[in-house]
Amino acid sequence: MFKRKQNYSILANTHISWKKALKRDWELYLLLSVPLLLTIIFKYGAYPGLRIAFMNYLPAKGYEGSEWVGFETFRKVFKDRDFIIALRNSLIFNFLEVIVSFPMPIILALMLNELRFARFKKVSQTILYLPHFLSWAIIASIAYTLFRTETGLINNFLVNVGLREEGIPFLTKNIHWAATYLSIGVWAGMGWGSIIYLSAITSINEELYEAAMIDGAGRWRRMWHITLPGIKPTIITLLIMTLGRLMGSNYERLSSMGNVNVKAVQYQLAIYIYEKGLASGSGFSKAAAVGLFQSFVGLLLVLASDRFAKVLGEDGLI
Amino acid sequence: MKRSGIKKFTFVDFIIMLIITILCLTCILPFLHVLSKSISDSSHVLAKKIYFWPKDINFEAYIAIFKDGQLTHSMLYSVLVTLIFTVLGVITTVMAAWPLSRKRLKGRTVFTFIIMFTMYFGAGLIPTYLLYSNLNLLNTMWVLILPLIFAPYNFLIMKTYFQSTVPDSLEESAYLDGASNTQILLKIVLPISKPILATIALFLAVGRWNAYEDSKFFITSKSLHMIQYLLSMMVLSVSDAEKISISEASAITTTPEVIQAAAIMFVSLPVLCIYPFVQKYFVKGVMIGAIKG
Repeated sequence: MFKRKQNYSILANTHISWKKALKRDWELYLLLSVPLLLTIIFKYGAYPGLRIAFMNYLPAKGYEGSEWVGFETFRKVFKDRDFIIALRNSLIFNFLEVIVSFPMPIILALMLNELRFARFKKVSQTILYLPHFLSWAIIASIAYTLFRTETGLINNFLVNVGLREEGIPFLTKNIHWAATYLSIGVWAGMGWGSIIYLSAITSINEELYEAAMIDGAGRWRRMWHITLPGIKPTIITLLIMTLGRLMGSNYERLSSMGNVNVKAVQYQLAIYIYEKGLASGSGFSKAAAVGLFQSFVGLLLVLASDRFAKVLGEDGLI
Repeated sequence: MKRSGIKKFTFVDFIIMLIITILCLTCILPFLHVLSKSISDSSHVLAKKIYFWPKDINFEAYIAIFKDGQLTHSMLYSVLVTLIFTVLGVITTVMAAWPLSRKRLKGRTVFTFIIMFTMYFGAGLIPTYLLYSNLNLLNTMWVLILPLIFAPYNFLIMKTYFQSTVPDSLEESAYLDGASNTQILLKIVLPISKPILATIALFLAVGRWNAYEDSKFFITSKSLHMIQYLLSMMVLSVSDAEKISISEASAITTTPEVIQAAAIMFVSLPVLCIYPFVQKYFVKGVMIGAIKG
C-alpha cells in the first residue's frame, strides 16, 4: 500500500546530525513541540516566580518594584511559630500515615488472594476500589454526615441505643480528629493500593506453592515463606516512594476535613501556604519561601530514596 | 482459589470472607445512609431515626436542587470542562509519548528529563498563582484546563506502553513499505493502543472531575467553579461568608440536612453510575504504571 523506501533504516542509532534527525523525524519533533511548550509555559514558566522568596514582594509593586532581601524571608519563616507548627504537624501526620496506611493494602491483598470464590473476589474488589474515585469534597461531606457529634449517624446510633450519653467528638477534638482523619485515609487508599500487590502476587511462580504443598506447608507458612518474599521488592519500592513524600501536604484533604476546633492539628504546610499567601494577600514572599523549602526538601527526599532503593538492589524510581 | 490446595472451606476462609465483607460494607453503607436521608421526610431526619432505609419517601430535596439551579448549572459546566480537558489531555499525551518512546529519536533523553523534572520539583502555589495572573488566566475556565492537561505521570505510563507494544521492528517494516511517521502513528500505532488511550482518558477525566482546589485558588466567580467545590462550600464551609445554600424560595419544607444529603448524592451520582463499567481500565493503567518507564 505504501511506496517502498530502501535508502536507510529508521532503526539507525541516534548518532546522526541534528540536520539529518530533523529531516527524518520532523513529524515527531512537531508533535513533541506542543506538550513541550505546555510544560515550558506552565511549569518552567512558574520557576522565575520563585525569586519572590528572596524578595519582600508586594503585589502592588510587582517584581520590579519589590526589594531583594536575600535569605531574610527564610530566616523569618524558620522563626515563625505558625511555620514550626505546620511543619511539625505535616511531618507527624505523614509519618503516622506511613505506619497506619502503608501496611493495609498489603494485608488486604493477602486476604483477597486467599479468597476461594472468584465471583466474590471480583465483586468485592470492585467495591473496595470505589473510594479512590471520590473527591475529598464527597468523602469529607459523607464523613461529616456519619461522624458529627450531634447529628452524625454513628453518634445517633450510640445515643439511641443508650450506649453513650452524648456523642463522641470524632471531628471536633484534636486526638479524635487525628484518628478519624487517618482512618479515612486508610479507608480511601487501601483498595486501590492493593492492586499493585495483587499483580505482584500473580507473578509468583505457581510451582513454588505446589512444591511447598507437597512438603506439607500450610496456608500461613506458604504466605510467610513464598508470598511475602515474592512481593518484597514491590513492598520496598513502594515504601521508599512513600518516604519520598514525607514533606507532602494535600490541601483538599486537609481543608475539607478541617474545622475551627481542630486547627491545632489540621494546620499543616498546605494550609499555611494558602492562608499566609493567597488568603491574606500580604505574605506572598513568606508563603513562596515555604513552598520552595517544601519542594526542595521533597526533591532531596526523592533523590535520596531513589539512591537508597538502588543500594538495596531494587529498581530505582527515576 | 486453586492455590489454596486443600479444597475444604475452613474457618480461616470464613473469617477472611467476613472481614472483606465488612470492608465492602464500609464502602456501600455510607452512600445508602446519605441516599436514605435525602429521600426521607425531614421530620424523621430531625428525629434522628434514619439509618439505611428511607421513611415517607419524597423527592422534595432534589426538586429544590433543580429549582435552585446552582448545582445543575455547575454539573453541566463541570461535565463540559471535564470533556474538553480529557480530549485535549489525551491528544497532548500521545503527542509527547509517541515520539519519546522511539529509541532512535535524537535528543530523547533530554526532552524526557525536561518533562519528568517537573513531576519532582514544583514551583509551588504562589509562583503558580502569579504566573496565571500574568497570563491573564485567573478567573477563566481555561485555568482549569490548560495547565494540567499534560501530566508527566500519564506521559510516563503511555510511553511505557508504546515502548512495550510497538516494537521498533514493526515500525521499521511499515517505514520500509513507504509509510511516513504520521501514517505509522495514525494507521498502525493508535488502533492497537486503544486500551491505553481509554485508561489515560479515564485518569484525566476522574482527576479533573474530582479536583477542586484550583477552583478555590484561581477563580472567584461562582459560575466558573467546579461542582466539587460548590459541594464543599455547601456542606463543609463553616464561615458564613463562604457558605452557599440553596435559595430559600426553592427550599420549601425540607431541612438543611436533607438538602445536604441530596446535594452529596447529586454530586456523587455521575461517578457512581459510570464507575462499575470503567473500573477495569484503571486497574490496567495501575499495572502499566507499576512497570518503570
